Amino acid sequence: MKKAKLIVGLGSCGIAAGAQDIYDYISSKVEGTSVEMGITSCVGLCHAEPIVDVLTAEERITYGNVDRKFADKLLEALQEGELPRENRILDSEEEKKYLEPQVKIVLKNCGVIDPESIDEYIQTGGYEALKKCLTTMKPEEIIEEIKKSGLRGRGGAGFPTAVKWSFLAASPSKIKYLVCNADEGDPGAFMDRAIMEGDPHAVIEGMVIGSYATGADHGYIYCRAEYPLALKRIKKAISEAEERNFLGENILQSGLSFHLDVKEGAGAFVCGEETALIASIEGKRGMPRLRPPFPAQSGIGGYPTNINNVETWVNVPRIILNGASSFNKYSYGKSFGTKIFALAGKIKRGGLIEVPMGLSIRNIVEEIGGGTTTGLPVKAVQIGGPAGGCIPDSLFDTPIDYDSINATGAIMGSGGLVVMDEKTCMVDVAKYFLSFTQKESCGKCTFCRIGTKRMLEILEKITEGKGEEEDMGKLENLAHHVNKTSLCGLGQLAPNPVLTTLKYFRKEYEAHIFEKRCPAGVCKALITMVVIDDKCTGCMLCKKACPVNAISGERKQVHSIDPDICTRCGICVETCKYDAIEVL
Amino acid sequence: MPLIDESTIPAEAKSLVSEIGSTPDKSIPLLQEMQRRYGYIPEKLVEAVAKEIGMPLAELYGVATFYSQFRFTPVGKYLIRVCKGTACHVAGTEMLYSVISDELNVDEGETTEDMLFTLTSVACLGCCSLAPVVMINDTVYGKLTTAKIKKILNGYRNEKG
Ligand SMILES: Cc1cc2nc3c(=O)[nH]c(=O)nc-3n(C[C@H](O)[C@H](O)[C@H](O)COP(=O)(O)O)c2cc1C
Ligand code: FES
Repeated sequence: MKKAKLIVGLGSCGIAAGAQDIYDYISSKVEGTSVEMGITSCVGLCHAEPIVDVLTAEERITYGNVDRKFADKLLEALQEGELPRENRILDSEEEKKYLEPQVKIVLKNCGVIDPESIDEYIQTGGYEALKKCLTTMKPEEIIEEIKKSGLRGRGGAGFPTAVKWSFLAASPSKIKYLVCNADEGDPGAFMDRAIMEGDPHAVIEGMVIGSYATGADHGYIYCRAEYPLALKRIKKAISEAEERNFLGENILQSGLSFHLDVKEGAGAFVCGEETALIASIEGKRGMPRLRPPFPAQSGIGGYPTNINNVETWVNVPRIILNGASSFNKYSYGKSFGTKIFALAGKIKRGGLIEVPMGLSIRNIVEEIGGGTTTGLPVKAVQIGGPAGGCIPDSLFDTPIDYDSINATGAIMGSGGLVVMDEKTCMVDVAKYFLSFTQKESCGKCTFCRIGTKRMLEILEKITEGKGEEEDMGKLENLAHHVNKTSLCGLGQLAPNPVLTTLKYFRKEYEAHIFEKRCPAGVCKALITMVVIDDKCTGCMLCKKACPVNAISGERKQVHSIDPDICTRCGICVETCKYDAIEVL
Repeated sequence: MPLIDESTIPAEAKSLVSEIGSTPDKSIPLLQEMQRRYGYIPEKLVEAVAKEIGMPLAELYGVATFYSQFRFTPVGKYLIRVCKGTACHVAGTEMLYSVISDELNVDEGETTEDMLFTLTSVACLGCCSLAPVVMINDTVYGKLTTAKIKKILNGYRNEKG
């Protein structure tokens, strides 16, 4: 057999798509041959998982959608012949559109190196930035370099990182803490997971540099419990870094000591907020509190604390190693560097992308993402999760930049970007987000606790076809109060999805309220399922699948659906192979 | 998962505390370890642990009820977590959920009578590009359809024998 290394992408998404099975399968076949096995993590092309890279003396070819049959083909080709042309991803012209606009600073190692091997990290320049800091830079020079780079927090609010660090550095306290916020509560964002699974040492290196710059001697990585693989890899990375003395006492004989622990979250979205996160680390209920005092003055146990997001931390070693100018050469307005987005929803090439600031939303959706899976036009993107908003296609020329996105009424947030087409109901989306925030409200502030509930009830009423004209005004009024009277970002920003949909998709609200119609065909109370006579072949599949026996008809005869029995669950639509069921 | 034998509670509380620690910041890790051992948080064990670490019971209980990870009733052999995150919502997770709920005849948080399945929902498993997604114990299933999930559930059922 030819000498080669087969590298299987074992991130959570890859494993969910069957990559572990492929890994085990190939491993069993190549035992004792000249083919070596390796692992890596998510390269961002989640839509093409499972992914296998074939590394030969000459090249590294990436294959997507690999199943056992295709794996056999690969192995045969390694026996004799040429590597297959099909299933290669990123080869075609179309896929070049995916790669070209991207700039990988943070994600440069994800899907490339073995995340469970500290040696591979070191071989790609890992821990060089730390060495540079410890041997050639003073703490204040590091903060200065970060300041020059223009790095702003990637956790949502976009606060300048160097400013936050300088507060902590200026504190005379003997005990100071650093925290990596890996709570990633935004449902629809998964970049922090991918980084921790794919390049865990980069997070550690960023934090050790931060400890040197600010004088903090202890750190925590606060990671949500729903990410078992990220937790496993980060813990492994910490113990390996300790063994090599990149962490612990007297790091690389520099006199610097820094200890790092992992704290597992316990399922509370609000714990992503800084003061709630601190309460949670202290073992309390995760309730936010008033600021000031800011965490930099009084954080964990009353000691000064600095919290940054995963993506922010990973930018640090990259900036230090390559200089601020390698980072701030990508800029738009007051935003510098790159931002990772998690593309999901009805997008063809869903996954993780990293783009320079200033690229337009249209570029992301149409070029990189390749448009919708359904072929239908994109109607809107939702950016920023429950605190963000829906941006309509008419504003798709908006550049990726904190301030431009804020101006639309959405927020950059963590970078979740969910694509919606004509079959997505915007009232339903608003209702979805509000039910999320309403459930996750910690209950401290009255308007956040009850105001969101009242707003949700109004939205439920509208989607059930019982909406009245004044409901839209009521929503806007309540939104104003919830925003003004909530202590933390959860309540303050909770109305955003409602406000942006009211602003940009008012017609859809009006159709629900005045015409008792859901234009997207989603809201159950406002739709009916009907069989299209010309298309129905009488195959009986839908009849068998219907859970409430609402469908009648004999074999090879056109079926019909009894609207009085039908619960509008949609199973028949999914089951029908002939698109013969229409939603009206 | 085993149901807790009440006579072992004091010893169990001691073992938990010696393994995890007794400072106030260990409240969540203690609860997580309880759930890891039993699949749920046995009420009597919370009482015993609170006593052991000298924390008011109301405080430890307050922590336990704040976080959605913690459950107070035993779970089935297979814990089903249906993702209700944004991407999964847009991809039609409601339909999957109702199929599972009908198929097993349980609602949110409930366990089938044979103690085989418990149905819960979560907000995003971080595999959004494979939406809709369901996690059963530690295995994640993506790009699901109602037909696929029925097949998967049947697979687990047959493993029982
Ligand atoms: C309700 C709420 C949830 C949040 N969730 C997260 C989160 O999951 N991850 C995160 O990094 N930041 C989250 N944030 C933002 C953090 O409070 C904080 O601003 C951030 O971690 C600071 O890091 P950065 O400066 O590097 O962005 C959340 C904020 C609020 C109000
Ligand atoms: S929304 Fe379901 S996995 Fe993220």
